[in-house]
Formats: sequence, structure tokens, C-alpha cells
Amino acid sequence: MPSWQETLTETVGEAAFTVETFRDNVRCVVPDRHMNNVLTVLHVYGFDYLVDVTGIDYLHYPNATDRYGVVYSLANTETGERVFVKTMLNDPDPAVQSACGIWTGADWMEREVFDMYGIHFYGHPDLRRILMPDEFTSFPLRKDYPMRGRGERHNFPTVTRAEG
Amino acid sequence: MAVKFPDFLVTKLDWVANQARANSLWPMPFATACCGIELMATASSRYDIARFGSEAMRFSPRQCDLMIVAGRVVMKMVPVMQRIWLQMPEPKWCISMGACASSGGVFDTYAVVQGIDRFIPVDVYVPGCPPRPEQLIRAVLDLQEKVKATGTVNAREFAGRSAYEGPTGLARQIAPEDTMMVPGDFSTATRLRD
Repeated sequence: MPSWQETLTETVGEAAFTVETFRDNVRCVVPDRHMNNVLTVLHVYGFDYLVDVTGIDYLHYPNATDRYGVVYSLANTETGERVFVKTMLNDPDPAVQSACGIWTGADWMEREVFDMYGIHFYGHPDLRRILMPDEFTSFPLRKDYPMRGRGERHNFPTVTRAEG
Repeated sequence: MAVKFPDFLVTKLDWVANQARANSLWPMPFATACCGIELMATASSRYDIARFGSEAMRFSPRQCDLMIVAGRVVMKMVPVMQRIWLQMPEPKWCISMGACASSGGVFDTYAVVQGIDRFIPVDVYVPGCPPRPEQLIRAVLDLQEKVKATGTVNAREFAGRSAYEGPTGLARQIAPEDTMMVPGDFSTATRLRD
């Protein structure tokens, strides 16, 4: 059986991805326009389990060229093989194709990335906030958002003794 | 020698009501974090809050007159807390148990409320992270003292207190350049009225 790197080269071409390794982690960095193709091929190849979807904000990161990263951690439950598929996004409109059509489990994980980083996922069936209140307007895990917030946490009405 | 009780006695309704209420404070356990574990231990046989008449924890606010907020309260939980408080029948009291409920504790972040007394009235604060069960029992005893000293039969002591009684400002203020530029309308989430 060919390796997933060979399968990817045959189907989407060598230009659509680069592979890096760090210790025993294998990363596959993909431009955002090829993301859906690469994930589809990897799913058909045998990566049947989407472990996690997460985001990274590279603001103030040394030698970083792009602002955001979105990482899909995949696992092959037959062989135990793992791969991290990563794409880099930038302001003003960080967006990538949703993986909900490939793994249904991507639904809530992509909602969390949207909630925390404001990264949009095209084709997501229900892209709403998942952790923060619906009225929240900021994306709290962006590095330019202050840790104590902008006063949202105290923007509630007060119940007095006589009212209660 | 047999004790002779009088056929009748004269007292104030306020006093009778205060004795009854103070010795049967029924807690609403609003436990959101590790303080809730100490709250459960307080009800266990080793510490036994039943000795002071507060063992009847009810999970419906309609049956309670003492809300014990045990643990950190986040933005999404504030409307829930306020609704539960408003659903409790008068007269009612509130204990803020632990550092997080009283001041936010170590969680000085965007989502955690820095003290529940900004949003609901609080009668007794219990310091500690988490407080020991003895401290919570002490708080209940203090509250009993307060009820006996200030309570009235128709809870009229609360009627005049329509002003905000919480803290004036954050101890650690948010820097001016960090204050909110796009205000969210969070009052819709509270659903206090209608």
C-alpha cells in the first residue's frame, strides 16, 4: 500500500502540500485553497478519525509570516498513524472550507475555532458561537484581545434587594 | 418538680418569625466549582449542617430561602444565577462562598465575573479557596444572627433597599485602552422580566 504522501502526490499534486517532521510528529502544511481536497484524499486513504480542530494566532510570534493557523489532527484507527494538517490564514478575512462534509465531528470543533479566533468555515452547517454568549462581539483567544476582556464580563443588569 | 408553663405568652410576631426562619434556613446549592465539594462535605455526617437547621438542600429555588453561591461564576452563568435568585420567595439571603464567588479569585479573565455582589445582593462572604466546612457553618451562624437581629415577619426590611449595594469599582481596573469598543448587549440573555 502506498504511503499517504505518495497518494497525495498522485491525486492533488506535489505543489499542494509540504511535509515537515518534528521528532515523531508529521505535519502536512497545505495552502487554504487545497485544504478540502487534501482532507478528502486523506479521509479516503484511511484517516477515518478527526481527533481535533484547533487554531493558532501567530501575532508577535518570532519569524512568523502568517497571522493564523488552523490545524486538523487526523488519526488512522487501523494503523495508528497520525498526521497534523495545517493551513495558514490571514486578515482581513481568515476563512477556510469546512470539513463537516468529510468528518461530521468537525462541526463543534470548527464552531469553537470560530468562537475563539473568528475564523470562518465555508459550508459549515451551523456556524454559531459555542462557548461564549451569543451577544459577545470579540474573539477572545486572538492575541490582540486583552486577557481581562474589554469590560464585557460586567455588562449585566444588577438585581437589588428590593427587586428580589 | 413539674415545670409549669403559662397558658399564653406575649411576644412579637417578628421575633417568632425570626426564630423560625433563622433555625431552618433551607439552602439552594448554587455550586459551580470545587467549593461545591466543600458544600457537600458540610452536609455530610462529619460536619453535619443539620445541627443548625440547614440540612434541607432543595434543588428548586421555590423551596429555598438561602442561596449559597459556591464557585466561580462566568458570564453565561450570571443570567442563570439572577433568575434563580429572583425565583426564590422572600425573605431570602445569600452566602457568597469562596474567593471566586466573592472576588473572582485567581480567575481574572475575560469571562469570569469579579464577584457576584455586582449583580445580586450578598449577606455573608466566606473567604477561602475553598473554605473549610467549619467556615461555611460559621457563615450560617452569622446569618442566623443577622436574621434574628434584622428580620421582620413580612420581610419589610428589604423594601427600602432599592439602591446598588455592591463594590464601587474593580480593585484591578482594566486599562483605559483596553475598555470595550464594541459593547455587546448582554441584557437580552438575562431575561429578567417578561
